[in-house]
Formats: sequence, C-alpha cells, structure tokens
Amino acid sequence: MTAVESFVEVAGGKVQMMQGGSGRPLLILHHDVGNPGWLPFYDTLATDCLVYVPSHPGFGKSERPEWMRTIRDMAIVYEWLLNVLNVGPCPIIGLGLGGWIAAEMAMMCRHTLSHLVLVNAAGLQPREGEILDQFLINTIDYLRSGFENQDKYVELYTAEPSLDQLEQWEINREMTSRIAYKPYMYDPTLPHLIRGISTPTLIVWGAQNRIVPRICGEQYREAIRGARLEIVAGAGHFLEVEKPAELATMVKDFVSRDS
Amino acid sequence: MHLMYFTEQPMSSYPEEEGRKFGYTALLFSNRHFDPVEGARLYEQRIIEYQLVEEVGFDGIMLNEHHNAPFCMQAKCNVMASVLAGLTKRVKLVLLGNPLPIAENPIRLAEELAMIDMISKGRLVSGFVRGGGVESLATNTNPAYNRERFEEAHDLIIKTWTVPGPWRWEGRHYQFRVVNPWVLPLQKPHPRIWIPGVSSRETIVWAAQHRYPYIALNTSIEDSKKIWQYYDEAAQKAGYQSGPEQRGYLIRCHVQDTEEKALRNAREFMWMQGEFTGLMHPVWAAPSGYLGPWARRALAEVHVGRRPNPAAGLPFEKQIQRMLIIAGTPDQVVAKLRIILEETRPSILALWGNDGKISHEDSKNCIRLLGTEVLPRLREIAKELNLASPFELNSPVSLAESPLAQQSAAAS
Repeated sequence: MTAVESFVEVAGGKVQMMQGGSGRPLLILHHDVGNPGWLPFYDTLATDCLVYVPSHPGFGKSERPEWMRTIRDMAIVYEWLLNVLNVGPCPIIGLGLGGWIAAEMAMMCRHTLSHLVLVNAAGLQPREGEILDQFLINTIDYLRSGFENQDKYVELYTAEPSLDQLEQWEINREMTSRIAYKPYMYDPTLPHLIRGISTPTLIVWGAQNRIVPRICGEQYREAIRGARLEIVAGAGHFLEVEKPAELATMVKDFVSRDS
Repeated sequence: MHLMYFTEQPMSSYPEEEGRKFGYTALLFSNRHFDPVEGARLYEQRIIEYQLVEEVGFDGIMLNEHHNAPFCMQAKCNVMASVLAGLTKRVKLVLLGNPLPIAENPIRLAEELAMIDMISKGRLVSGFVRGGGVESLATNTNPAYNRERFEEAHDLIIKTWTVPGPWRWEGRHYQFRVVNPWVLPLQKPHPRIWIPGVSSRETIVWAAQHRYPYIALNTSIEDSKKIWQYYDEAAQKAGYQSGPEQRGYLIRCHVQDTEEKALRNAREFMWMQGEFTGLMHPVWAAPSGYLGPWARRALAEVHVGRRPNPAAGLPFEKQIQRMLIIAGTPDQVVAKLRIILEETRPSILALWGNDGKISHEDSKNCIRLLGTEVLPRLREIAKELNLASPFELNSPVSLAESPLAQQSAAAS
C-alpha cells in the first residue's frame, strides 16, 4: 500500500502528514527519532483503518514552532490537528515520546480518543533505573540501543545511513531537546494526572527495552484505571519495527472492541 | 596595546593513563581522579604567578571558566577574579568570560561583577561567553536555547548596570519581580565587555553589532583575517568603522632563555590539546541545537564519527610552523609576534604563557622574560603599527554608549 503525503496547517505552522488505508481513522504518534517512513506496522493497520501518521511539529518536514517548549504544548497542537482533520473519537497509538504525547491528550481531552495505546511510552520518571539519555551519546548509538535485534536496525536504516538521514535525526534531536531536555523525558505532574484517564488503555512494552525501563509500563498500568500491560519478548524500544505483526494484531484486537 | 597574561590553570596532576583509558577527559571522566591536595598546591602556584604578572609589567590578567574537566581549574572565574581584585593593584582583570546561558540568575552575576569592579577600583573587563557544550551539559542548561539565553542574560545585565531600579523583568528565559541590586559597578556607564570566540559567525557579528571587542582565541592568521572581515562588515552595517581597538587575539606563547628549553616546555600545550580537545567527545562538545542550522550537516557527521573531530589539534611541529604555538627566546618570539600583529592588527593581545605540567619555576621564568624582554618591544611595534587599545583611545564601551547612538537616541 502506498501512503499519501500532504501538509496540514495547524497552530500557525505546516505539519507533514502521511496517511494510508481506509475505514476508521487511527492516529499514530512517532518516536523522538522521527518517523522513518511508512512502516509495515502502519501498513498492516491500514488494511482496515485510515491511518494518519503526522510528523510532530519541529520533526521531519514539519515546521518548527519556535514558541513550543513542552510536550503538553505538543499535545494541545495535536488536539487542534484532530479538530482540523475533523476526525471524531479515534484510537491513538503513541510510540515512545509519542506515547507521552498521547497520554497527555487522553488526560486533557478524553472525547477525542476512543482507545489509547501506549507503546514503550516516555513521560514517567521510572521508580527504579533511568531513561537512557540520548544527549550523552550519538544518534546511532541511541537508536541501536533501542533494538534488541540489530539486523532490524540495519534493515530499516542501512549500515551507513545517508547524510540526509543523519541531518534529519539531528533536526529531530534539536526539537526533542527543545521540549524534553529537563527533566529528561518525564514530567513530575504526569503520575497525578494520568489517574484521570478514562479511555480504554493498552500498554505494550518491549521485554528488552533499554531506553525506557519496563517499570514505566508497570507505572502506567497501575495509574490508569482498567489498563492492560502486554510484554513483547525479543523486542526493545522500537518494538513496532522489531515486531510489527505482533503489535498490529494486539492493536487491531484492542481497537475492535467497543470503547 | 593592551597586553595580558593567560593560562588555562590546568589540573595537570591527575593519572593521565586513566583519562586515556576512559577515552574522554571531560564531563563523565570521574572526579574520583581529582586530588584536592594537589588542587590546593596548584591554586597557590597560580596566585603567586599572577602576582608576578603584575609585577613584571603586564596590563591585564585574562581569566576563564570551564566545568567538569581537568584542563581548567576555574569552575567560577569570578572567584579567582575576586581573589586577584584584592591581591593586585594595577592590572585589569579580564574575564573571558562568564558563560551567560548557564547562569540561572543573571542579576546575581551582575552583583558579583559589580563587587569585583568596586573592590578592584574599576579594573574589571567583563567578557561574556556562551560556554562550551560541556558547560551546558554539566549545568543541565538546554543547549537548544543557549543563544537565546546568552542574549537575554546580556541585555538584563546591561540594564541592571545602567538603569536605576527598581524595575521588573519579564523575559523569555528570565523573570524578576524586582531588579534593584544594592551593588553597582564603579566604572561608568559599565565595565568594558569583550567577547572571545573561535569561529561562530553569529557571535562575531553579534559582538560587532554591539561594538564589543572580539577576542579571537588562538586562530590561525588566515582564520583571524576571516573573522575581521566578518566583524568589519557587520560594523559597517551597524554604522561605524571598526579598527584595531575592536580586535583582540590570544596566542600560545612560551619563552625561556634557550630555544631548546622553550620548545621542550611548549610541548605541554599539546597536553591540553590532547587531553581536552583531542579527547573531547564530539556529542558533548557541540550538543544538538548548540550551533546554528549552518553547522547541522557537518555536526551530524562529526557526532557519529564519520568526519574527524574539528577540535582535534594539528601535530606540534605543524602548530609551531603555522604560529599557533610560539616558543623560543625573547628575540625569536618577538619576531613571530610581529608578523601576527602586522598581518591581523589586534590592539588587545593575550599571551597564553604556560600550560600542562610546565613547572612553577619555569612558569615564573617565562612570565619574567615576557615582562622584561618581550612586552617593551611589543609596545614599540604597536606604536609603529598604530595599534591603540580601547583604554588608550578611551573608546566607547558599546555602540549604545557611543556618541553617535546617543545623538540619534536624543534626536528621536
């Protein structure tokens, strides 16, 4: 399936949008490293959903909102975007940093979500351990830490990523720095606020996640009423690349249930 | 010509092999290797040397600041400046400088600097820097906002020094209900501000737009010329003609009685280059967002090791040949410095005399020879080349404080 690329004007800037498939709308929010393109995981979901994958403002080809300073700002812009797209309550799947954004959206505006899926979501300070700090290492080392199976990394990015790819990662890192530098990758208000989430929630974690510790998945599960936590063996932080079929099945099964 | 002395104040007394084993001697290189007993000894030696610097006739002492690395023992340049404000009588205390973006409270900085200026009876030159990438990481200030914070902190400090309080500051990065500190600089309208740097074009242009002297840090003659070209163009656009009084230069320069001994000691400059810049982690040196978009592609390659780290220095012999390090007898050193002065025409010259593990005795000898044999001849050359410093010309401290700007402000 081929995805269609367009730009949507929101919050005074252009947001790059990929969409594919047809049927029920579904929004995917990508990782801090950016959206690597139309992934097999998206494609599988697109067999019976209209899948929207925007590049976060300041990431990919989306314009950088100079004023934006927090993940909460980002979540509000996404609420605005859903309004612009005129999409009714839909499932939101958040990957890593995108999971944090999705959790913020579920906290603040429950009527825009039918289902919340948090995959290796950032946003909470782990009770034990630390979130791996990308700003102390280079992008490639960071990315590779997120793969349990290094062949999957090479398959997606090649052994020698192009200069354009390196530059794009650098742009994405800059934007991540602008909104998640300190505290790094979490917000101390989140544990209190996610308790108000009433959207049906599925949490999925890579058993070998070396970027956001698995305990964060437990913490999300404990805080969100009725949430279920699934652990996927043989996968790290970039679970949607390493285990696309498994994740797609879980998501499809979850969103097909009534909210 | 303003002639000042500089040393990085290296914490040279640590197990070097540990640094090499770890691979980097900054940020994450453990401070379990820091020995405070050795630290106390080294501070004492530096203070004795600075007093000698004044005694032998230098005009100024240049101080700087770095964090989490053995190449520089000054975690706060205002502390050493405070010590020297009390221990010296005549020399300018030239801070190059306070890293503004890492300051959480620029008003506190304005207060500290005002105290140093009063205690030294108006001898402060207050340089400001953005700080290296490690400074951002070590203090956990966001590199992506480094320049915004630099500019806002600067504006706030200048206003604190020049506009009587109380007033309120509601900025992007700094907010204060009340700005009204009960310490103000002795020098009016405010202490001179000099801006050091290596290559960031934005900073050169920014300095020129403010009419602040720019101090090129040990750049090659060709690079210095490029810097002055950028500076002069920006000055022209800002409505004034720049000259030697806006030009400063720092050069590694070690003198001994014999060439052989000078060259042997001068290899210690490589200690710092090898240990610091050579072993600098490229991601820490320039974190994402620290430099402008112009640097992004190159930086992306440097970060992942596809391009050599630009901070890694040339071999010693090459640096001697290109006059990035000058070492020899007073005669030899003067001859080379003359070339630099002729080619690049700075009126502010900082001589980086000692570094690494150069002994206290040799450091003192270098300072004495610089003072007695080199400085008088540099002053002659400066006269011949018409290189008058901002102090000699009594030039305005900034564009805002220049007669031209004040006339147009009065007219509007």
